[in-house]
Amino acid sequence: METMRVQSVTPNDMPWKIKYDASRCTLCGSCVAACSFRAIECKVERRRMVFSEGELPDPQQRFSAVPVIRQVKDIQHYCRGCGICEKVCPNDAISPERNQDTRHPIITRCLGGDSIKRGGRKNLESSVRTLDKLRIGRISQMTDPSLDAQRHSFDMLAPFGRILPAETLPFSVDNNDNLQVEDSMPPVRWIYPVVIGDMSIGALSWRMWEAVAMAVAYLNEECGMPVRMCSGEGGVPVRLLKSKYLKYMILQIASGHFGWNRIAKAMPYMVEDPAGILIKIGQGAKPGDGGLLQAGKVAEHIQAIRGVPKADLLSPPNHQGLYSIEESVQKMFLSFNAAFKFRVPVAIKVAASATSVSVFNNLVRDPYNIVGGFFLDGIDGGTGAAHEVSLDHTGHPIVSKLRDCYQAATAQGRQGQIPLWAAGGLGKTGDLAADAFKMMCLGANGVFTGKLILQMAGCVGNDMGRCNACNTGLCPVGITTQESALVHRLDVDRVAQNIVNYFLAMDTEFKKLMAPIGNSSLPVGRSDALISTDRAVADRLDIQYVC
Amino acid sequence: MCRIGAIKSSNYVHPSQALKLMESQQKGHDNSGFAMVMHDLGGIFENYKHLPTLSMACTDEGLKLAEDIMHEAGFQRVMQWVPETDPQPGLDIHAMPNYVFETFDYPRYFRNGEQQEKEELLLDMRLKLRKALEENEQGFVYSFWPDVVTLKEIGDPRDIGTYFKLWTPDDKFTAKVITAQCRQNTNYDIVRYAAHPFFMQGYTALANGENTFYLKNVEAQRKLHRGYIGFESDSQCFLYTLHYVHRELRWPLRYYKHVVTPLPFDDIERREDKEQLLALRQSLAHLEINGPNTIIGVLPDFTMFTCCDAKKLRPVVIGRTDDTVVISSEVCGINDILPDRDWETDIYPHEREIVAIDNNLEVQRWRQ
Ligand code: SF4
Ligand code: SF4
Repeated sequence: METMRVQSVTPNDMPWKIKYDASRCTLCGSCVAACSFRAIECKVERRRMVFSEGELPDPQQRFSAVPVIRQVKDIQHYCRGCGICEKVCPNDAISPERNQDTRHPIITRCLGGDSIKRGGRKNLESSVRTLDKLRIGRISQMTDPSLDAQRHSFDMLAPFGRILPAETLPFSVDNNDNLQVEDSMPPVRWIYPVVIGDMSIGALSWRMWEAVAMAVAYLNEECGMPVRMCSGEGGVPVRLLKSKYLKYMILQIASGHFGWNRIAKAMPYMVEDPAGILIKIGQGAKPGDGGLLQAGKVAEHIQAIRGVPKADLLSPPNHQGLYSIEESVQKMFLSFNAAFKFRVPVAIKVAASATSVSVFNNLVRDPYNIVGGFFLDGIDGGTGAAHEVSLDHTGHPIVSKLRDCYQAATAQGRQGQIPLWAAGGLGKTGDLAADAFKMMCLGANGVFTGKLILQMAGCVGNDMGRCNACNTGLCPVGITTQESALVHRLDVDRVAQNIVNYFLAMDTEFKKLMAPIGNSSLPVGRSDALISTDRAVADRLDIQYVC
Repeated sequence: MCRIGAIKSSNYVHPSQALKLMESQQKGHDNSGFAMVMHDLGGIFENYKHLPTLSMACTDEGLKLAEDIMHEAGFQRVMQWVPETDPQPGLDIHAMPNYVFETFDYPRYFRNGEQQEKEELLLDMRLKLRKALEENEQGFVYSFWPDVVTLKEIGDPRDIGTYFKLWTPDDKFTAKVITAQCRQNTNYDIVRYAAHPFFMQGYTALANGENTFYLKNVEAQRKLHRGYIGFESDSQCFLYTLHYVHRELRWPLRYYKHVVTPLPFDDIERREDKEQLLALRQSLAHLEINGPNTIIGVLPDFTMFTCCDAKKLRPVVIGRTDDTVVISSEVCGINDILPDRDWETDIYPHEREIVAIDNNLEVQRWRQ
């Protein structure tokens, strides 16, 4: 017998244990082939069999070598619980089981000497979401009839761009009593109130990115819904930059400035302006951390788009400036405004934080009117890759912070001047229309969403620690990987179709929510329409408490 | 539901006409009050058109307080009219002890001042009086403006009419423009300030309906102007937006419609003036109204107008003769006071227009 080595890693140290039923297994090998994490392998076990052949009991034993499927005992290749093996097994012979007694957080650190990295979303089980404690409780009836979601028309667009106070509009009245515009105004685009959030072409597989872009084009061109998609940091394929579809893209620049070289070079060839520019300062899922694309995902086309070698690509946590981050952001705003000759709105994305209101106030009061949107990202958002400790322990929920910003603007009579866009766990229960609607009542002009889009595409990850391996480049469903074999698991057309259908469904649901409160345009700031049965929530958000 | 009505005539009209206009519409309101604003005054006020008249209802202490404040500010009373009342027993009216209509001359140092300065002073005085009289409800200050008087009371409009002897026409108390409404606020507390028509610096507005963007409007208006206060009724927002667009921004009246019920984005896109329309829609998004509404308004130059919500969820009709135009929620009211008019010329405004009546009683229909 071998000496017992308690330090060796075994499946019961892992977050997931493989349940395998050898009696059902036909050894087809599908599961092993499908597991992108190589968390299972074929092994041969020595089996003892006792038998008796004579008329009287005469036990004998025989040893045979039996092929089986086994969980790999290696911390590099631990099972993520993604369930792909179970999906592909024709005989229900294998499935992952959550291991309550996992020692994974400890042994990974002990063995690796490095922080744990992960993708996806936070793993902390949350209590009831604040948004689920809100209801739309002001129903129009009698004197103000509710509208008919089917029959009436609704104006469902949200602004992206800096909005001037009315008294500073450069208007004059001509002899025919018409208003005339005397000077240029900051560009403002009216777009669908749900922006597909910034997921880069490096974080996503090219097929996933293409599917999202296809869905966006279809929604615009066939469904008449001006949905915009934000590129994420890391550039855009040149072909797209030079195509007319660029107008549906919000180009992102983050602290790594990846991909901007190409964008700048493509500018003379652009036939359309992009929908906007989004300067990313922070991200709700991992505030204070810069972007992270692990070398495994830096495929050839990513190297080309970003102009980098195959290596871990880290964006610094800050935009570097000579004097201060404020200064560098200001410079960026000015240069991007200038680069597109002040035709393209430039907005900023920050992580929700205890200090968000002061950041927002600074921007709202800036006299140059350069900030065309405040994208506020809360703790519950997703990410391609991050340190687990940031994911699980840093961040700020979006709901009260968005409300604070809106109320800060209202207190100064500046609501609406910098459109507020919110994200961070919206649509987590699958119902984005309701979450977005409530956020608008609290003051958001629109929302943005990323993780939910992945779920539409078939992402199997969840908040309970399932999968969340987006950082590894081994996404089992081909969404966040650049491995050709895995990417081909994704059916581009089906993904695009799912996204389009989801948006159509959501659009109907928006109307179903607007009709009963009697509104034909978005209910931005209509906190009077919300109620809560939770006194603390009602007080904090300044809405009606009901019981 | 409210019922609203307005009369504009080339002759001086007595308020009995307004009472009559509203009487047959009483099924549509709850007889909880009567309020009216009169512009372009005749009778005893005719010779004082250029001087501001204070309209208020108050207690004895309130009256003294107000007069002290006016005196201290240097205003000199040149005329006072206290309506004769007929307090019969059994009348449904929550009368205040005093109804005061006093015309003042400006303080000496203001007499040759700029018109604008005077207008700001009048507003400041009204706000000051209102604040001073608010404590213990010593009084309600409705308007302080040249050529305008306001009366608001709680009770049955017929009894209020009887109490103030308004059923009997005379030529002492008349005006060329009268706007009236017969219901106290039912959505909010019954307070005199909550009754439309609302008045500010020459502008009057009254509405039939409900403004579901009330909170948005209030939050935005509070910061726009020192005079945008009270908000006892969601319809006050219509007045403040009118005042803001027409007086503060100095935009033509047509643009009021573009602010309160902006065109859908698709329609704006097809317009030549899309740049302007989009800019004003986005800059004044918080002044948009929603919900069912009909608005009647009067401008400082006595132009009278009406417009509706974007889905036309509330009725309004305009009837006219050579010398009078009447706007009313229901046609029955117009039939009562203009029985001989050619009803084929009645106008039922649609949801995308402003109908305005100028001082020559010419009716203009501006398509939004
Ligand atoms: S659950 Fe996923 S990671 Fe685990 S063994 Fe199955 S396929 Fe591999
Ligand atoms: S399925 Fe892919 S995208 Fe979803 S959590 Fe797993 S690795 Fe990430």
